[in-house]
Amino acid sequence: MQTTIDPTEVAKFQAMAAEWWDPHGKFKPLHMMNPCRLDYITSQIAAIFGLDLATPRPFQGLRLLDIGCGGGLLSEPMARLGAKVTGADAAEGNIPVAHVHAQQQGLQIDYRHTTAETLAAAGEAFDVVLNMEVIEHVADPAAFLAACTQLLKPGGLMLCSTINRNPKSFAVTIVGAEHILRWLPKGTHDWSKFITPDELDALTQRAGLTPVDRKGLVFNPLAWSWSISDRDLSVNYVTASVKPA
Amino acid sequence: MEQNRDVIIAGGGLNGSALALALAGAGLQVTAIDSLPADTRTGPAFDGRAYALAHACKRLLDAIGVWPAVAGNAQPILEIKVTDGRAGEGPSPFMLQFDHAEIEESPMGWMVENRHLRAALRQAIDATPGITQLNGRTITAQQIASQAEVTLDDATTHAARLLIGADGQHSGTARRAGVRRMSWSYGQTALVCAIAHERPHHGIAHQFFMPPGPLAILPLPGNLCSIVWTETEAEAARIHSLNDDAYLDTLRPRFGGFLGQIALKGARFTYGLPFSVAHSFVADRVALVGDAAHRLHPIAGQGLNAGLKDVAALAEVLTLAHRRGEDIGRCNVLDRYQQWCRFDTASLALATDAVNRVFSNGNSLLRLGRDLGLGVVNALPGLRRGLIREAPGLTGDLPKLLQGKPI
Repeated sequence: MQTTIDPTEVAKFQAMAAEWWDPHGKFKPLHMMNPCRLDYITSQIAAIFGLDLATPRPFQGLRLLDIGCGGGLLSEPMARLGAKVTGADAAEGNIPVAHVHAQQQGLQIDYRHTTAETLAAAGEAFDVVLNMEVIEHVADPAAFLAACTQLLKPGGLMLCSTINRNPKSFAVTIVGAEHILRWLPKGTHDWSKFITPDELDALTQRAGLTPVDRKGLVFNPLAWSWSISDRDLSVNYVTASVKPA
Repeated sequence: MEQNRDVIIAGGGLNGSALALALAGAGLQVTAIDSLPADTRTGPAFDGRAYALAHACKRLLDAIGVWPAVAGNAQPILEIKVTDGRAGEGPSPFMLQFDHAEIEESPMGWMVENRHLRAALRQAIDATPGITQLNGRTITAQQIASQAEVTLDDATTHAARLLIGADGQHSGTARRAGVRRMSWSYGQTALVCAIAHERPHHGIAHQFFMPPGPLAILPLPGNLCSIVWTETEAEAARIHSLNDDAYLDTLRPRFGGFLGQIALKGARFTYGLPFSVAHSFVADRVALVGDAAHRLHPIAGQGLNAGLKDVAALAEVLTLAHRRGEDIGRCNVLDRYQQWCRFDTASLALATDAVNRVFSNGNSLLRLGRDLGLGVVNALPGLRRGLIREAPGLTGDLPKLLQGKPI
């Protein structure tokens, strides 16, 4: 656990953490999506490792890496479920913010300002790698996925979510979410970096992983909530792939 | 500071106990606090109090493992007869009749005595290791930060991620959390007692709508009925002060002769009938259930049923959040419970209020309209079936426990 935070900065980080964790604030889209993402993540981990989610701390004994951890919206639930969590973010400012919030929650999480590539080079190995809403922001997806593969222990599981590339996803995520609803700052997404599910499967296979599942994450504007879909992968979707043992 | 728990439940009544069992059954660590010693709450003697349990609520008791201990002492309600009547005149010829054969799920509900329900809940709680009981302890303060923390009258403090107020219409949990409530009084009091009678009741529940308020005659096992008899406050106070013989003499003409000779059994109770709904069912790290959230007019016996619906919805929201690793005390989790329950409860509260206002009325024009209305509803099978389904709370998006399924 890093404890290199300047005490005079703590109040500032606490305020920023409050912003990250405000369900109606700047990160509202992530908060709305989170229960649905967590349902997928937890059920896939339970299925691959043969765990029962109804037992206390079912992920005890699993080492998990959350790439692009931000304020810790996924790292904290994983730690609560018993996993030994490392949260990595390329944005240095997020690390003390996430750290301060985890401390308030009484959770032990190893947050680091680093990248997948650096961790892989250092020889770190995990049972689970979460790669959620990251790949559409990286410069070289193939190199990034190669690093993720290297970070997995044999038999390990990678979960990867991103946005499909088609006219609908352009309309929904850029025109709708950035320009009309203003859920996201303009310029958050570059449509040309979106990846279709087939392209992603091909990339993960080339990186040495075996795709085992993929599902759509669908926003229903009438219920104003997200749900998991077997068929509709037209905008947001998530894939699961396993490193051969 | 005691070891950290997932949930603290303030109030060990029926709702609080059922919720403790549902949450502990899902793997949450529960601390249950009640101001009365456990023995005081679960005395074995017949005390005249009983509940009409809707079918869905019986399934909840089944799902939390309590029903088998209650079943042997429960009376199925096979038919409900609703009649408009005026004391001394007998029932009007127009009558609304609900028969369990009209819905697929028989019977329509169960009558369960308070003492049996409480004993079964206590027995189940005693046998559940995930529940820490603190009986005979009063909460003197609560503090909300990254956890909910309560201080008890023995100066111990206890913390959990969520504090649940199941502490009744004067909920201290709600008050300390700054939740305001909307309330008003009907100026009515319910007189509650049990009577022994000569002839069998055949599992039929009766509701007579009298000008001062409704009179419900609800079947208990054997030749016993539970009576809920609503009068104006002043009249109820006068009747309650009578001796048993005079009390029965007042009841008899309202009751009619269809069950033969009647006699009092057990104690007599009075309950004020204030209507009250909390402005919010949730606050920061606080959730309210049952009367702490809403106190309904007991005109359709919906008080406990509405409370158990809260229990089922909150248990499901918290269990799913817990299994996802979410912080169960956070507002985005609690809002899911509020959204699920609040509309239902508010509409039910307003509907029972409206029914009470129309039926607790001596106005002859209203009375004629009421008679015609009941006659028309009775003549239309579709509409009547809809009312039956509504009465036991079978419509809408049912929480899993009310379907009798594990979460």
